[in-house]
Amino acid sequence: MNFDRIKEKLSILADAAKYDVSCSSSGSKRKNTGKGLGDSSGMGICHTYTQDGRCVSLLKILLTNHCIFDCAYCVTRKSNDIKRAAFKVQEVVDLTISFYRRNYIEGLFLSSGIFKDADYTMERLIQVAKKLREEENFNGYIHLKSIPGASDELMREAGLYADRLSVNIEIPTKSGLKLLAPEKNHEDFMKPMEKVKNEIIQYKQESKLIKSTPKYAPAGQSTQMIVGATGESDRDIMYSSAFFYKKYNMKRVYYSGYVPVSTDPRLPSITSAVPIIRENRLYQTDWLMRFYGFDVRELLNEENKHLDLDIDPKLSWALRNRQLFPVDINKADKQLLLRIPGVGLKSTNKILHARKFKNLSWDHLKKIGVAVNRAKYFITCNSRDMILPDINSDKLKNLIIGNSNSKFRQDLSPQLKLF
Amino acid sequence: MQAVILIYDGSYEGFLCCIFTAYEQKLQVENILPEGLEQNQLFTDYEYIITEPAKAKRVLKKLKASMSPRGFRNIQWALLSEIPGIEYTLYKMLRYVLANSKIVDTDFSHPAVLQIAKVAKQIGREKHRMEAFIRFRLTKDDIYFAVIEPDFNVLPLIASHFKDRYADQKWIIYDQKRRIGLFYDLEKTEYISINLPKEVGINGAHPDFFCKQELHFQQLWQQYFTSTNIKSRANTKLHIQHVPKRYWKYLSEKSPF
Repeated sequence: MNFDRIKEKLSILADAAKYDVSCSSSGSKRKNTGKGLGDSSGMGICHTYTQDGRCVSLLKILLTNHCIFDCAYCVTRKSNDIKRAAFKVQEVVDLTISFYRRNYIEGLFLSSGIFKDADYTMERLIQVAKKLREEENFNGYIHLKSIPGASDELMREAGLYADRLSVNIEIPTKSGLKLLAPEKNHEDFMKPMEKVKNEIIQYKQESKLIKSTPKYAPAGQSTQMIVGATGESDRDIMYSSAFFYKKYNMKRVYYSGYVPVSTDPRLPSITSAVPIIRENRLYQTDWLMRFYGFDVRELLNEENKHLDLDIDPKLSWALRNRQLFPVDINKADKQLLLRIPGVGLKSTNKILHARKFKNLSWDHLKKIGVAVNRAKYFITCNSRDMILPDINSDKLKNLIIGNSNSKFRQDLSPQLKLF
Repeated sequence: MQAVILIYDGSYEGFLCCIFTAYEQKLQVENILPEGLEQNQLFTDYEYIITEPAKAKRVLKKLKASMSPRGFRNIQWALLSEIPGIEYTLYKMLRYVLANSKIVDTDFSHPAVLQIAKVAKQIGREKHRMEAFIRFRLTKDDIYFAVIEPDFNVLPLIASHFKDRYADQKWIIYDQKRRIGLFYDLEKTEYISINLPKEVGINGAHPDFFCKQELHFQQLWQQYFTSTNIKSRANTKLHIQHVPKRYWKYLSEKSPF
């Protein structure tokens, strides 16, 4: 191995791949049978974290950053004057195996710029995955990018080697896509998603009848949207997201705050800040949809097109629906407990367990881990000290903000900083 | 009845025998300590418990029937924490569990139950961190070698994870703090003790011990770590929250060459 050359390629192609946020390595059921290498049947593991606090669980690289497209938001766009490089198939295989054996990674996340055409690129990606599975007997996690426009046959093959497949929709609205990536066709994104979804369903049914049916993309599909590049509303984003979850059985939709990489006049200026708080609120909304039983229309609608930045989406929903509160912690059913601001999934489960034994008081709730400073305005429990102020929602919101310590406080404060 | 302090050999089975004796002789237990920690106190008796597998087994059977699977598992996990006084907290929890016909190990309003659940969570976290942050280095004799210094004695808990994962390579994970290692020889794992020369260290790749290419791979990994970072999103606080500084010594991406 020529280490210097590989190191240079790695620096270019990891740098170009870093805007893909997905780094999940869980949800697959690939067991290490027959003394091979690797096992991805357990939970995902983050082997390290970057200095921006993101998990590193997979070796996330592009096969090449040569690209025939010129999408304005993308750092590898054709017109961008940057260093280009390409890995050989075998180089990626060797690198993955060497890193995996040292416990640096859970597996590989391979994406690519598009050289020649979609099928040619997709074929190369599949070759890497196939070599890893068949020649190296590798059972670690493989996440392949589905190249928009790739043929059905290739998508079928890809799923046989990969644990997860993803197409990044990138721009949540059709009009935005037309503006920033005029060469790309909205339908080209949907086609591989549709194909993969149907294959997953088909393989699942077959495996019920025939035990030896091979696994097909056992960790499902995911996609990603850029936030804050085209002036779309939070409602646009989350409605598209809900659509993808429903229509294509997505495992995850990721939201990536736009990092300015271009001086293109169609995009936010190069000096604009990454919308980190907004991104965080979108993820919170995503969680509310998937785990808390909220319908996206409750959180975002015609009257509320944007999420509040200064409070979390559940609290802001609760403030709009005060008539449903207070909730009795010792009696309410699970669905209602989940809707109380400051009570999460874990606290809900602990409450459900603990209240079988005794009526819970403030003290119990604090120990369980409920964020009482927010929850106390929305609940009653086994105590005479009730804290249900008779004030309107705006005042209550200010009261809660005043009593809490948000990690975003600094960024939200309208006050000028002196130092 | 006079209060008594039970002394046991520090093992899981030994602890179970303490429970057995406490119930059999209807003792008023004041504390349970591992050997070597007893101090002479007035007005308390020490009782030295001999570990007998048959007795331990009977206790296990009873506990298994009286607890949830997780609660049952947490007993062993909590003991591995080596936290002073953890045995007595466990004892208090088990008394509560055994006094009830219902399964009460999820009653987090009971202080001992909550305490044990918390300790077990800490152990779980340390176990998971070791699974994440252990870095193997390839030695000259083709063994993947890692040195660790975990806060708790988690080596017994991580063995199966690494055995499932690295079934086709020889590896050793050595706990420098407790001077015990785990060796997988392609067939089975076994505990070993080694006299480790100082130069082996926790990271780096001393040429006397490690294969020629080892350092190159560590450098490649470091390069990857640098390149995958998005500078405009820097968030040092979050970074340190996820990778506490005491773990940095393991991580080749964090060490200077």
